[in-house]
Amino acid sequence: MELCLPEAGLRSVSLWRQLLIELSENCHTDYESSVHFPGAVNSKFTTTLSFDQPADKPAMPTYRILDQDGVVVDADKDRILSSISDEQVLQWYKNMLSVSIMDLIMFEAQRQGRLSFYMVSAGEEGIAVGSAAALHPKDVIFAQYRETGVLAQRGFTLDDFMNQLFANRHDPGLGRNMPVHYGSAALRVHTISSPLATQIPHAAGAAYALRMQALQNPNEDPRVVCCYFGEGAASEGDFHAALNIAATRSCPVVFVCRNNGYAISTPTLEQYRGDGIASRGLGYGIDTVRVDGNDIFAVYEVTQHARRRALEGGGRPVLVEAMSYRVSHHSTSDDSFAYRARVEVEDWKRRDNPITRLRKWMEGRGLWDEEKEKAERSRVRKDVLAAFARAEKEKRPALRNLWDGVYEEVTEESEAQIEEMKRVLEKYESEYDVSEFEGGVEGLKKKV
Amino acid sequence: MKARVSLPPRRLVAHLAAARAPIYPRRPYSTHPPNARLNLPIDYATTPLLAHTPKSSLSNPELPQHVRDSKTTRQNVFQAVNSALRHALTTDDRVLVFGEDVAFGGVFRCSMGLANDFGSERVFNTPLSEQGIVGFAIGAALEGMKPVAEIQFADYVYPAFDQLVNEAAKVRYRAGTTDMHAGGLVVRMPMGGVGHGALYHSQSPESLFTHIPGLRVVVPRSPIQAKGLLLASIACNDPVVFMEPKILYRAAVEQVPNEAYTLPLSKAEILKEGKDVTLISYGTPLYNCSTAISAAEKDFGVSVELIDLRTIYPWDRPTILSSVNKTGRAIVVHESMINSGVGAEVAATIQEGAFLRLEAPVQRVAGWSTHMGLLYEKFNVPDVVRIYDAIRKVVEY
Repeated sequence: MELCLPEAGLRSVSLWRQLLIELSENCHTDYESSVHFPGAVNSKFTTTLSFDQPADKPAMPTYRILDQDGVVVDADKDRILSSISDEQVLQWYKNMLSVSIMDLIMFEAQRQGRLSFYMVSAGEEGIAVGSAAALHPKDVIFAQYRETGVLAQRGFTLDDFMNQLFANRHDPGLGRNMPVHYGSAALRVHTISSPLATQIPHAAGAAYALRMQALQNPNEDPRVVCCYFGEGAASEGDFHAALNIAATRSCPVVFVCRNNGYAISTPTLEQYRGDGIASRGLGYGIDTVRVDGNDIFAVYEVTQHARRRALEGGGRPVLVEAMSYRVSHHSTSDDSFAYRARVEVEDWKRRDNPITRLRKWMEGRGLWDEEKEKAERSRVRKDVLAAFARAEKEKRPALRNLWDGVYEEVTEESEAQIEEMKRVLEKYESEYDVSEFEGGVEGLKKKV
Repeated sequence: MKARVSLPPRRLVAHLAAARAPIYPRRPYSTHPPNARLNLPIDYATTPLLAHTPKSSLSNPELPQHVRDSKTTRQNVFQAVNSALRHALTTDDRVLVFGEDVAFGGVFRCSMGLANDFGSERVFNTPLSEQGIVGFAIGAALEGMKPVAEIQFADYVYPAFDQLVNEAAKVRYRAGTTDMHAGGLVVRMPMGGVGHGALYHSQSPESLFTHIPGLRVVVPRSPIQAKGLLLASIACNDPVVFMEPKILYRAAVEQVPNEAYTLPLSKAEILKEGKDVTLISYGTPLYNCSTAISAAEKDFGVSVELIDLRTIYPWDRPTILSSVNKTGRAIVVHESMINSGVGAEVAATIQEGAFLRLEAPVQRVAGWSTHMGLLYEKFNVPDVVRIYDAIRKVVEY
């Protein structure tokens, strides 16, 4: 018989027990084949001994709309594309282009020692921009660090990026975080932290909070949480913990895994032996899809469906595995040619890329041409450099921010340490340069 | 795989003793030598640390007047925790209570009846994953809820260590002016020796968290304290690690005010005034401290001040320093290991802040630098003799 699994969290434990009792009572006719073990109620007995082998299962297919030449593969899909306006497409393209140009400039700036660190997202702009475009502006986002396009699509400006990268007094993180650890309250993007995968269970809990708030306040629009992470991070225990708790607590969350083939130097062959990350979703009882991450239309459509699905029946998690290739080095602290061939990267750059793929489609449609491309590139470059110059010359946040914000109120212990630091700075004045910090030594004073 | 001590300790012992009686000679776990004068079992019915009458309970000056004018009920620690959770769930829709086996009431009965009364959306079981529980709780707090997560035993908090240290503690700091924080978070966990908990049902890992700016670490000593400090922790806008001495869950019984109230965080409480020695402790060992003080005062004619830290971090340095500056002698007592324990921080601070007044080295009476082997607990935790001896040492120095 078919048993609908109760939506965990929506039903009480006693109701669940009742279902199990009903199941066992209704199963007498089928006693020979149906199991009664509470741990797997839909299982059937068999007298054939066989192990399920991953190799026997076909790999999950990868959904796409465009091929690598920007041509629609299945004519039916033209209908889907007609629901997306030219303005939307142009905006997506410009956002991808803008991120990729900013990446080049900032990577170079780091090489010149003008900022301490940088991470580009080359090759993955389509996943970021395409998925973010499908979300509601009030949906909550947790990112890993290679999702610059998500922030751009959400409305992060070049000044916002630069203020964080240069840790100046306008940086919302108050100069506490390494570059690329963006966050924005207005755009509902939680501040990025370096420990990998820790944000995945946060996303489950945040989604549960949104679900509860929608329940408690029916005027509240249902919202989802979207959580990004790489295929390497998915090996962390937090990935397992998060997907399991998201499923059992029916959390409206879309997990987006960027599978770009490498975690720093580690290729996927050394990361896992199953069928990527997508195959794991089913094991947790989570609806899952794999998508071509270089196809922004496919990523957009998949995320749109995932979001809708995540809100169905009060909420449930959905897993999206977006396939791509990390064209760039892992970060400015990494030389990826130490572990992969230059020719492999060059091949990928030439063969397939989310930006050129969309550009080809736009050109085929008469939306874009070489002239527009040139003009846009030079405009973005100019804007990036202008924002760069503005941010670089700003003062640093006040020194007090070293202690401020540890707790809601600065503790007695911290106040004593601030006093002590002030004493040292004044006594050994020539040993410290505090001029670049807002207010200098005075910046240690309590805010009023 | 983890073992679960879900039976109340006394029942477990009685059960084992009964099962063995016909075959083996009786070998009970807890006895004391016939001539012992100091190391007697704690008499919770008479200890001055518990309010045995409504009058003594309501005379607590830390309670607001309307609470002092109210009635009391005799409660143990798990009942006081339960009533605090009940009050929080009743008065604030944002409060969620969850963890392993919380829905049926919890293995220590702290969440009894809550799932029934507040619904399975607000009081629920999670999968068995500590990093998942704390990570989930941080996420819920980041979106404005007030999650009270339970780790079944403090011994099992380590899988969630990364989430507590790198995430809960740092999220407000790193989020800066976005003001997105996990201040609504409280992580409750039973801690400390229970007589037979051995390696993984006895630990007191509080000092691991006192090294982490951004976390508040709270240990109540009694039902009144458990209720007031837990409600304060839930109200507090910083993440709190709330450690409940599990041996007190049933043992410590007192008259608890029926009304809801909070007790201040980061504020020590002077339990008994004295002028020659300051004894600083928290949680279970306070009861042994109290017994040791009675004996020492009689035997050596000294006057000992007893202070309960209550909040282990950020802790009340001024109260401790002002006491030691008065007495000139200090002893710190805790159950967890002496090495890099809370005593080290307290002793160093006293050395720095009361150096000219110190008349003896600061003593630390704590668990030895070893593990809690099953048979050895009573030789490992600070007992009355060791505390009594430390008082003797500082007065005879």
